Formats: sequence, C-alpha cells, structure tokens
Amino acid sequence: MSQVKASNEPIFWTLFSAGGVVAALLLPIQLLIFGLAAPLGWLPGVSYSSLAVLMHSPITRIYFFVLCSLPLFHFAHRFRYTLYDGLQIKHLNEVVFAGCYGAAVVGTVVAGWLLWRM
Amino acid sequence: MSSAGQAPAIQPASVTAGAPAYTEFHPRWYRRPVSTYWWMGNWPYVKFILRELSSVAVAWAVAVTLFQLAAINGGTSSYANFAQHMRSPWLIVLNAIAFAFLLLHSITWFNLAPKAMAVRLQGKRVPAILISGPQFLAWLAISGFVLWMYVRTAS
Amino acid sequence: MMTQTITLEVSRYSPEKDREPYFQKFEVPLKKEWVILDALNYVKDQLDGTLTFRWSCRMGICGSCGYMVNGEPKLGCATFLTQYTHEPVRIEPLRNFPVIRDLVVEIDEFLEKLKKVKPWLIHKNGNGAGEYLQTPDQLEEFRQHSMCINCLLCYAACPISGLDPIFIGPAALALAHRYNKDSRDEGAEERMAILSHPDGIWGCTFVGECTRVCPKHVDPAGAIQQYKLAAAMDGMKRFLMPFGQR
Repeated sequence: MSQVKASNEPIFWTLFSAGGVVAALLLPIQLLIFGLAAPLGWLPGVSYSSLAVLMHSPITRIYFFVLCSLPLFHFAHRFRYTLYDGLQIKHLNEVVFAGCYGAAVVGTVVAGWLLWRM
Repeated sequence: MSSAGQAPAIQPASVTAGAPAYTEFHPRWYRRPVSTYWWMGNWPYVKFILRELSSVAVAWAVAVTLFQLAAINGGTSSYANFAQHMRSPWLIVLNAIAFAFLLLHSITWFNLAPKAMAVRLQGKRVPAILISGPQFLAWLAISGFVLWMYVRTAS
Repeated sequence: MMTQTITLEVSRYSPEKDREPYFQKFEVPLKKEWVILDALNYVKDQLDGTLTFRWSCRMGICGSCGYMVNGEPKLGCATFLTQYTHEPVRIEPLRNFPVIRDLVVEIDEFLEKLKKVKPWLIHKNGNGAGEYLQTPDQLEEFRQHSMCINCLLCYAACPISGLDPIFIGPAALALAHRYNKDSRDEGAEERMAILSHPDGIWGCTFVGECTRVCPKHVDPAGAIQQYKLAAAMDGMKRFLMPFGQR
C-alpha cells in the first residue's frame, strides 16, 4: 500500500512541538502572575502603567507574539487528537481540523494585530 | 457450517485486510466494541487524558493574555476593567485550575522530551535525567527572569 | 494439611455456542513458584480440558502466552500467582484483538502490519558480496529495539490500537525504527513513505503504555517519538530544499 503524496503531518507535529516548548516554559509564570498573583494583590506594583512601559519595547511585543501564537498551534494539534480518540469522531475529520486550526490562526492574527497597534 | 439460530456472521477483520479467503467461512470471532469511556477506570489512561486536556488550559492562558493585551491597548480605564474582572472569585478559581494543568503540561513535557531524542555520548545512551534536568532548571530560571522583568518596571 | 488455593476467573468463549464471552471460575493450587501459565495448565489437565490458550516456551522468549490479567497485559509464563492477593484473578484474552476462542486471539492483522513496514535489510544497489562490518556502537543504536518477541502486549496496552484497527501499532513501528537505525540498512526513505502517515507514526499520541508493559524493554514509545522527530526533520529538508540530492 503506497502513499500517493507525502503526509503533511510533520508540519503540524513540528508546530505542536514548538508550541509545547513555549507553553511549557513561558505560560505557567504568565498565568501565575496575571491570573492569580496580581488579582490577589501579591504584586502591588504591576499595573497598567508598568505594563505600558514594557510594551514599548519591540522585543516585548515579539515575546508576546510568540507566547500567543505557537501555544495555540500546540493546542490545536493535541485537542484535535483528543477529539478523535476521546470522542471517537474521526468521521468529522475536516470539521475538527478546521475548528482547531482555525482557532489557532484567529488567535495568532488577533495577537499580531493587537501588538502591532500598541 | 451449522449456524441455525445464531446471529449473522460478523466479517472477520482479516478478510477486509486482504488475507486468504478461506477465513471467510471461519466461525465468527468476537470483537469487543470500544466504548467512549475506554479511558475510565484505568489510572494510566486517566493520566494520559488529563495530560491531553492540559492543552485546553494552554489555550485558556493564551486567551487570557489576548484579553489582557486588548485591555492594555484600550488605556487605563480599559485595563482597570480587565483587572477588576480578573479579581472575580470564579475567575480566580478557574485560573488556579488552569495553572495546575499548565504545571502538568510543563512537567510531563520535560519528562517526555528525552524520549524523542536518542542522545548518545561515546556509544552509551545519556540518562534521561541529564536531558530533562537542564530543561527544568531553564524553566525555573526563565520564569524567575520574567517575574523580575514585571516587578522591576513596577510603579 | 489443606493446601492454599487461589480462584481464577477465566474468560470463556466458544464461537459455535456463545454470542459473547462469559467468565468461569476455577480454584487452583497456590504454589509459590507457579505462574499464571502453570495455573491454566492445571485447569486444562485437571478441571476443564476444553480451556484453550496459547503457550510454548514458558520462559518469555516465544511471545505466545500474552493474556490480560486483572486488566493488565501480561505474559502468562512471567507472572507469578503469589503476586495476586485479591481473588478472583481475572484472566481475559488480549485486548484490541478479535477473540477466536477462550483466550486465543486472531493476530493476522498484526502480521500484515508487520510485513508493511518491510522489516528486513534493504539494499539500494543490489546484494554486494562479502560480509557487513558493524561496530559495537553501531549495534547499540538499534539493539534495544531488536529485542521484540511479538508478544503483542503493547497492542493490548495501546488505546489507539483499540480505537483505530488500521493503526500500524507499537511493535511494527518500533521494528521499522530498528531497521532504519541499522547501519547495514538503506531503506529508511522507503519506509518513511509508508509510515509517515496518519495510520503510521502520526497515529501515535505518546500514551506510553506500550513501553510500560513491554516484557523485553523494547521501548516502542521512544522508538516512535524518535521516528517522528526524524520524519519532521526529513519533512523540513524536503520543504527547504525540494530539489536537493539525497
């Protein structure tokens, strides 16, 4: 049984891996600070003005772009397979694929636009 | 083959796979159906599903960050609004759960990463801890650095 | 003196009579040196001669005696009775395979998958004369993955093998990787074309159960992840240098 064309999976797996590394290294501290520490008042100095200062630097904006785009592709790949294996909906292949990667693309575009406008 | 009163024969899988035709008339085999809840009641499978669901927490954390960026774009009052929402008890609980899942992702990720790389030094396989250990340390160092960046610009 | 006994709950299925498997209890002696296989043979010899199960070498090298013991894939010849403190001990045929009878499963599909990965040395330029030279380090690259005894415990442990019967599966993919890493082989490209496919390596979601249950420590999960990395790098090369020579 031979392949007609080479599978595109390597690209998605590479995005999944890269996104996984970014998510593993950078997202926990991000959510810890802005989802828990700051709202609970543990970091009184972190505020709009301090963030606005940080956002001036193009490096910060690139950092946030990477932070918001690659992990979404990690999610898309993993969640796609969770739906296949968990809910066994392989027959909805195209819908699941479009939904997952569509969300990743939308998130990336939104991140890019927001960071460009700052 | 006497099959009076029996349920109709199920096609043996090897027929569909193109194996010799003589199996077509073989007495039927039993194929246990796989339930949607195949992963329940088996701790290794549950751990696997939890690990996979951590990707939802990853998407959630990105979504929170996107809202935050939009709030920064909107100015002081818009950010104050965002910060106010983040203080809601429901969101704090949700973020705590998401944070736990993010930790699960990071820990399982760094533990599994060495498996994909067969690193050999002088013919012998490098022990996994020497590959995952530095990644854990890098994680702590980078997290500390990021925290410092936010705190040092604090007003 | 009363000898100690242990109760087994064995899955029975006769295709001519039954529509689905049922359990039958047997009480067997609990001897400290006995394994599951000894208990099953006791049942067949003394209690019920119709009990059907595969076994051969009874020393963990033929790969015939794989069963589910209390929901875990195990070799019957390598699992001691005394490690089970709760009765009854439930013995079922390997998961994810069609059941022919009692504890015997149909493995033809697996054998087809095995052939698909071309588990032999592939030469591009015909068979040269003379022997191959291989250093111990080169052997070490693939030795671990060559230890497979085809016992199929990994297929029973792999949830994807249950959810997707066409998934090529841990043992076959690990064997393909074994040949790819063999310095004497030149077939990596040929195998990549077949296996870089949603039912090949990309079907695997690294559950890792296959490696945990493998009695020969082949580490199929590791082999598959390494294969994915190789395929990803190969894919990058194709993308960046589409007209490159290889």
